[in-house]
Amino acid sequence: MTSHLLILALFSLVVSTVFAVLMRDEPREQLKAGGWMFAAFVVTAVALGWLMYPLPL
Amino acid sequence: MATKSTAAERAPAAAEPGTLVLVCVAAWAVPGAAHWWLGRRQKGIVFLIALTAMFAIGLSFGGQLFAFELREPLGALAAVADIGLGVPWILAKVMGYGAGHVTAVTHEAGNTFLIVAGLLNSLVILDAFDIAMGRK
Repeated sequence: MTSHLLILALFSLVVSTVFAVLMRDEPREQLKAGGWMFAAFVVTAVALGWLMYPLPL
Repeated sequence: MATKSTAAERAPAAAEPGTLVLVCVAAWAVPGAAHWWLGRRQKGIVFLIALTAMFAIGLSFGGQLFAFELREPLGALAAVADIGLGVPWILAKVMGYGAGHVTAVTHEAGNTFLIVAGLLNSLVILDAFDIAMGRK
């Protein structure tokens, strides 16, 4: 797997799953919190990526 | 109907120091084992699958299990994080995995997966400790 986006999504999925299970007790709440965290991870990373796009490296 | 339970309604705390140490060692050695032991089986299974998978993915990406050398402080910190996963880390070391493929495209991602898996298990250990103390 060499797609940065897929690796990002995989990383976000695992981390948001662990955080959601740590922070919430009920399965429904875990699913909701995990979904929000996953979305926040991916959207924030993509947004930051585009914000950094003009910067020279 | 599912209701939230308070700390007072839950299982009594395993507050004896010896038991607390065993809980923490179990949580470190096998991700989710302490939660399983303390009756939080759903959480234990999720931690076992998620953290072990994350560690395995990190190795398959060519990630490196860092050695603890004070000459390289960042590498030493990464080593401490890696060790957080317990038995999977020991098995990988014994079986010769984790040398790291620095030329692989996914090498840095693999390092990140390995380090974060260890750090997340550290949070799981703290959570198990809190449950054993009766705080959660």
